[in-house]
Amino acid sequence: MRALTTKVLWLGALLVALAFPLLSDNPYFLTVVISGFITAIAVYGLNVLVGETGQLSLAHAGFFGIGAYTAGILMVRFDLSFWLALPAAVAVTAGLGFLVGMVALRTKGDYFAIFTLAVGVMITAIIDLWEEVTGGTDGLIGVPPPTSIGPIDFTSLFSQYYLYLFCLVLTILAVRNLSRSLVGRTFLAIRNDEHLAQAIGINVGRTKRLSFTISTSLAGFAGALYAPFLGYLGPSVSGLIMMFNMLLYLMIGGAASLAGPLLGTLLLMTATQGLLAFEEYQLLILGPLLVLSIIFAPTGIAGVAEKLRLRLADRPPPPEAPPPPTSERLENPDRPHAAPHAEAGN
Amino acid sequence: MTLLLQQLVNGIALGSIYGLVALGLTLVYGVLKIPNFAHGALYMLGAYVTFLAATVYGVPYVPAIALSVVALALVGVLIERIVFNPLRHAPHLHSMIAALGLLLFFEAGAQLVWGAGFRRLPTPFSGTVNLFGLPVVSQRLLVIGAAVAVMIGLSLFLKRTTTGAAIEAMAQDRAGALLVGIDTRRIAMLTFAISAGLAAVAASLVAPLNLISPMMGEAVNLKAFVIIILGGMGSIPGAVVGGYLLALVEVMGATYISSAFSQLIAFGVLVVVLAFRPTGLFRKGV
Repeated sequence: MRALTTKVLWLGALLVALAFPLLSDNPYFLTVVISGFITAIAVYGLNVLVGETGQLSLAHAGFFGIGAYTAGILMVRFDLSFWLALPAAVAVTAGLGFLVGMVALRTKGDYFAIFTLAVGVMITAIIDLWEEVTGGTDGLIGVPPPTSIGPIDFTSLFSQYYLYLFCLVLTILAVRNLSRSLVGRTFLAIRNDEHLAQAIGINVGRTKRLSFTISTSLAGFAGALYAPFLGYLGPSVSGLIMMFNMLLYLMIGGAASLAGPLLGTLLLMTATQGLLAFEEYQLLILGPLLVLSIIFAPTGIAGVAEKLRLRLADRPPPPEAPPPPTSERLENPDRPHAAPHAEAGN
Repeated sequence: MTLLLQQLVNGIALGSIYGLVALGLTLVYGVLKIPNFAHGALYMLGAYVTFLAATVYGVPYVPAIALSVVALALVGVLIERIVFNPLRHAPHLHSMIAALGLLLFFEAGAQLVWGAGFRRLPTPFSGTVNLFGLPVVSQRLLVIGAAVAVMIGLSLFLKRTTTGAAIEAMAQDRAGALLVGIDTRRIAMLTFAISAGLAAVAASLVAPLNLISPMMGEAVNLKAFVIIILGGMGSIPGAVVGGYLLALVEVMGATYISSAFSQLIAFGVLVVVLAFRPTGLFRKGV
């Protein structure tokens, strides 16, 4: 029953998304929604690491920037087709993510957050200073739209919309399968208690590195999509405000849930379009909004919706330990999955 | 040789500022286990309060600094009460994210109220002094003298007074401190007040040498984090030593290598140190 309603909701959302460009051909709305799709992909990446593995990385926007610039530079300076630049950018961010993760994940908790903050700042500084390649503060101008495959061409906003929607759906499916797999469950185990995870035989270091690499690859994937969509890149794509926005979307939407990143990103990005006129001052509202939501609704929209649903279904919410952010579907079922693993570990 | 000595003085002055900022950060971390990403914003606000008191209300420089310290101490208490205290039992992640929200809120607020432009704070100590044949900007000497005085004062306060001992007790064990009758709520507020006050002193001292802007806290904030990681998070001597070391390396790097490069030194050092010693150079202890 429950799985059915969830499925119906997702299918409904997909239908609305498919029909959207047919209902409104306003290019402004399309642009906003496409940026939302691309950002949501990056936020799903952040969710793997922050929401599911419980490691706060502040370098995520940095990897988004690396992906965007790698794709942009390959397409502008080397005239590479988008279809080659995209996998190249993902490979670069995955590789760099693995290397950075090797060093960064030697640290824990606060040290990890601060270390990754420094990594993010360094990435932005390098983009800013390496003018011959990145264009420095002037930015990288003239990234072409994706080249056409056969009869389908991607010069119009309309066709780009479906390309980016396809990428988003692909990401959501991949992330869903990941969080349902054994690997996804080991991520949660580490988030809930690292020592316990180690005790039941999980290789904590390797699993964290895997989570970090997956997370940076998704950031790079989103970045590589962002470059040809915008056509222009500046160092701020990897800046602190971008990082803050991604965290905001994740926390408001609901960390460690499947719908959270999408909900948070689309809702807030649409809402903040109204504030676009005073972009500098958006943070006056968004800053406190993040603080309030963390204090009063740490599970975000997805968590609150889940609680309401449980109440409506006249079932008391399952008793759960308050500390980690609740993740409705991921914590309860299927213990058997973990059990053989634990035995193997012993 | 003159260049080297001059840069040495500059480095020590900069180190004094770094030290003060890092002290506030490490104190809050040591006592409350919060990496306060909003610390740089408190630093920026401190500079603006001194600037406004001095230029708009005509308060002389030194009383203006005192005013700024009091104002920022209040801000510190407020954010502890409103934001960090409610998050005390939440996962650690949450107070870090909330601090980020505060940082960007204060920066945007400063920009809205005071504009994005740069301001210069006038100082009565604008001349140069001849120090054994070496011309030195007197504001730099004031920075060094005042910072050292504040550091000594703080360490005497922590080591010699009952309240200081209570702060240290709480740093060791919050529950234990509560058990022996320490009012941990008061100590938490006091810690934030001291931390914000230190940031205000540092910013007000350095403001006449640099410029004031809503973003002035960002670079210092990051460097202060690098310093307390290198010095061991929560360690007071680590923050002071780390502050001077980083400043000297930066100033010498900017003089003899390149100034663009010197801005990256801090992070380069951080990466190298953490790669080999994931918990910092010094053992932790307030």
